[in-house]
Amino acid sequence: MPEITLTQAPAHVRHGSSIGQPLTRRDGVLKVTGTARYAADNHPDGMLYAVLAVSSISRGRVAGLDVGAAKAHPGVVEVMTPANKPPLAQDPDEKGNPFTFRLDLLQSDRVRYANQPVAVVIAETLEAATEGAALLSPCYEAEPVRAGLDSDDSFVPPAVGVGNPAEERHGDVDAGLAAATVRVEAVYETPAQYHNAMEPHAVVASWDGDTLSIDTPSQGMAMAQARIAGLFGIAPENIHIRSPFLGGGFGSKGLISGPQVLGIMAARLVGRPVKLVLRREQMFGPVGHRAPTRQTLRLGAGSDGALTAIDHHAKTASSTFDDFFEPAANVAHTLYASPAIATSHEAVRLDTGTPQFMRAPGEAPGSIALESAIDEMAQACGMDPLAFRLKNYAEVEPVSGKPFSSKALRDCYTQGAERFGWASRPLAPRQMRDEAGLLVGWGMGTATFPALMFQAQARAVLRSDGTGVMETGAHDMGQGAWTALAQIAADGLGLDLDRIEFRSGTSDLPDAGIAGGSAHTATAGMAIHSAGADVIARLADLATADERSPLFGAGNAGVIARGGRLFRRDDESRSESYADILARAGLPEIEGRGSGATDPAAQSTYAMHAHGAVFAEVKVDPDLGQVRVSRLVGAFAAGTIINPRLVRSQYYGGMIWGVSFALHEHAVMDGRSGRPMNPNLGEYHVPVNADVPSLEAILVEERDPHVNALGIKGVGEIGVTGTAGAIANAVWHATGIRVRRFPIALESLIATAA
Amino acid sequence: MNRFDYVRPATVPEAVAAASAPGAAFLAAGTNLLDLMKGGVARPSRLIDLGRLPGLDEIESLPDGGVRIGALVRNADLAHHPEFARRFPAVAEALLSGASPQLRNAATVGGNLLQRTRCAYFYDTASACNKRAPGSGCDARGGENRLHAVLGWSEHCIATHPSDFCVPLAALDAAVEIEGAAGRREVPLEAFHRLPGDAPERESVLAPGELITAVRLPGEAAEFAAHARYVKLRERTSYAFAVVSAAAALRLDGERIAEARIALGGVALKPWRARAAEAALAGARPGADAFRRAAEAALADAKPSGDNGFKIELARRIVVRALTLAAAGTPGRVPALPASPFAPTSGAAPHA
Repeated sequence: MPEITLTQAPAHVRHGSSIGQPLTRRDGVLKVTGTARYAADNHPDGMLYAVLAVSSISRGRVAGLDVGAAKAHPGVVEVMTPANKPPLAQDPDEKGNPFTFRLDLLQSDRVRYANQPVAVVIAETLEAATEGAALLSPCYEAEPVRAGLDSDDSFVPPAVGVGNPAEERHGDVDAGLAAATVRVEAVYETPAQYHNAMEPHAVVASWDGDTLSIDTPSQGMAMAQARIAGLFGIAPENIHIRSPFLGGGFGSKGLISGPQVLGIMAARLVGRPVKLVLRREQMFGPVGHRAPTRQTLRLGAGSDGALTAIDHHAKTASSTFDDFFEPAANVAHTLYASPAIATSHEAVRLDTGTPQFMRAPGEAPGSIALESAIDEMAQACGMDPLAFRLKNYAEVEPVSGKPFSSKALRDCYTQGAERFGWASRPLAPRQMRDEAGLLVGWGMGTATFPALMFQAQARAVLRSDGTGVMETGAHDMGQGAWTALAQIAADGLGLDLDRIEFRSGTSDLPDAGIAGGSAHTATAGMAIHSAGADVIARLADLATADERSPLFGAGNAGVIARGGRLFRRDDESRSESYADILARAGLPEIEGRGSGATDPAAQSTYAMHAHGAVFAEVKVDPDLGQVRVSRLVGAFAAGTIINPRLVRSQYYGGMIWGVSFALHEHAVMDGRSGRPMNPNLGEYHVPVNADVPSLEAILVEERDPHVNALGIKGVGEIGVTGTAGAIANAVWHATGIRVRRFPIALESLIATAA
Repeated sequence: MNRFDYVRPATVPEAVAAASAPGAAFLAAGTNLLDLMKGGVARPSRLIDLGRLPGLDEIESLPDGGVRIGALVRNADLAHHPEFARRFPAVAEALLSGASPQLRNAATVGGNLLQRTRCAYFYDTASACNKRAPGSGCDARGGENRLHAVLGWSEHCIATHPSDFCVPLAALDAAVEIEGAAGRREVPLEAFHRLPGDAPERESVLAPGELITAVRLPGEAAEFAAHARYVKLRERTSYAFAVVSAAAALRLDGERIAEARIALGGVALKPWRARAAEAALAGARPGADAFRRAAEAALADAKPSGDNGFKIELARRIVVRALTLAAAGTPGRVPALPASPFAPTSGAAPHA
């Protein structure tokens, strides 16, 4: 891999620790100058180009491929089909751990979803491979398609998300509803969505015997290594993955996808390096999506506005051949106090690619439905939506009864509402207009996301020249891992940021776990923190045991590492530099190791979640129904903030995703063919700059002594939650029309408009 | 991509001659054609690159007060041409409401007229489409057709023409100058695009090899400059095609409308001039009642082609809105959100 030279923060502008400093991203200059090398930027010598041919039917079999025509095209080297694909050591349909999903690797002529790879054309140029793929002109035997949530019998899935029960009950919901004086029942629908990271899935693969070298964007290199190792029957350590930068992942690059493996197979078949990059439309099938949901909410409340029951039921879909069930209803477990809460799921199987983790899986669609229903209930109770939420504030986690490890949600409500000006909101809808006559509405939603951790390792080195190294194979999807983790590393090593070298982004480094579940900074950060503590402890042992050191005998008092020196804790006038300690010991460097993982004791004692409150102002054209979000204010509490600039950026991104969820984003699926009809960024709408005129994220102070030693909760996904519901509620407040089908279509707002 | 010949003619006659071969296609900026080629939707065997043709990138004032716009003038250059924008403000506003700055910096006047529909079934080579593969059928019928045509469609094709620019051009009696093997001719823009009928693959009146050399606006078109607007309803604030759009231009005579011009976008396979609506306004006092009557007249023949009945009422409302804004007067400069309902307004609220 080329040297990655990151921007160094000048030490003289920094006072105190690195953690908490709003550094700009250290890979920023590389990115804006185009020198950050993404996977598809690599061109090893002798490289060929591979292009997928994908199915245009959703169910059936490939009855014929014109391989001859493709091979006859000038420049085409090989066509990989089920007939000649290299043998695999493992059936790609075999299930392993819960994170093993079935892949389409040309194992048969079956077609189980649209845009499934059916062949790979390998050629000297991208153009030749592309034309070769077109010349294959597949013919099919098509079978009737199951598309849409009503297309087949539903069933209760064995589990939702990763291993969560499909049905959970706390208290007696029927009794709670019966006892209620106010009841709300409503059905909300969310569409299929596709991740659409700006960088398409790509792989550049080179084999050398049974050693594999690949450049590919990955949110989880160690898991990718293990999956590839299993499929090809080689040792994981013989697979070297480079993934220094991802152009977005959002969950779709969490697990190695079928097309990426096909690129590796193609390289094996032709015995030369191969590059395979998905076309945008090919990302609408084999690399995951968010399944559609239809959610039924039944809420009951007493005359005082206290909830008596929450029943949240979600219908969703998986593919016909694998299981991933969007756990949409489970968002109701944690947010609002109620003596009775029931969540349940049912599902159908559709002829689509298998759904996958997509930013806030479960929480995102669940939140827009729950927050809408809470808003409807507040309205039914004649209460302000914020007052209603405060009335039903959960002091302990409602379903488990566990105390929260920390929960500054009240502060989020207060600070967000004040900043937004919520207090002057009229209770009734359709009361506000701007100077141009546009309808104006204000809505809010509560944001929540669990504080998760996976497992990670890190290696720390202190060198006799006074510098340090921290290594962990972390993943920077754009969130700023190169910067935030280096900040933790600097503090862990007691060095200024410009005195450390932070190595990351390749699979030969210690496993940093998966960059998902908003858990990467916490997990990899804790590994780094522990590795730093480990190496400092070794250094301190050297010093305190050496009678020539001013720190001799400080073993009981202990030392503090800061600025490249160890200080005696009870007498800071006694100190020694790292360099001097190592030089005297005759050591060029010393090494420490650390790991990060969930603390099971904390997990069994506490409910651990980040929280937030989002306030939205929308404007709606009363005649034409066009909606624009004119203002968004989010206040979030997520424990320790490593880098406020990057965290704010994460919140912005999440909140913009919320705009997208409420107003724009959806796959237009043809109900006859089961095919997505808008597989391009011209027609698959996400917000553009003009859709987001004003955005503010408030970082609410929160100290959490339980989640991990650093107090980090994670910020990557929470911004989506709360926001989408806040916008939907603001649209109701502007128009008096409650739209329960998302994204909100303009025609749903003009029926009674005048 | 398939292999094709690439020809770069030096003169218009050379271009016309080169294009007379079957399978030839003109290439201007390629903002639409290259996407179509990458998707296998268009597979020309010969590309005739017009980029170096001399004299087609000029904006000329004409003696009658009109303007002649060369076919290779870039959308952005035309919209930002101060004199043009002053005399034909609705056209400038329409141009700036389309696509993105990057696309407008490349896309040409001639290419805008000839851009293909955005019907998803046209772009999807696995779908039946009479426009792409004559006689194959129309999968948009009975498919995802929420945004399809409500006027002038046939059972063979329910697509719409996506241009914003063409809508005020149709309202303002623009003419298209064409050069072909048989010489030079011109047709009114309103008659340039064909409705689908039973031959949706024939999209314009151009004969094979014919080249658009210029678009002309007559001097009378500038007489509407004080009361001319374009309004475009979109599913996001920018970078989206129109759900429906309308250009309205008024010439006032005291308190009455001397002459009205109205055209609609996003409703048919061509920019839709609404002459009955114009007639309904002649001599009328501008106001909500008159505008609503005009809107009813404009959509009198509309019918849904699928799940798009709502577009008919939206089209009426966008006509009313465009007329209301036009009557209020053209703003001194094109709004920062051109043609948007969220553009800041001055004076009376345009909303009901």
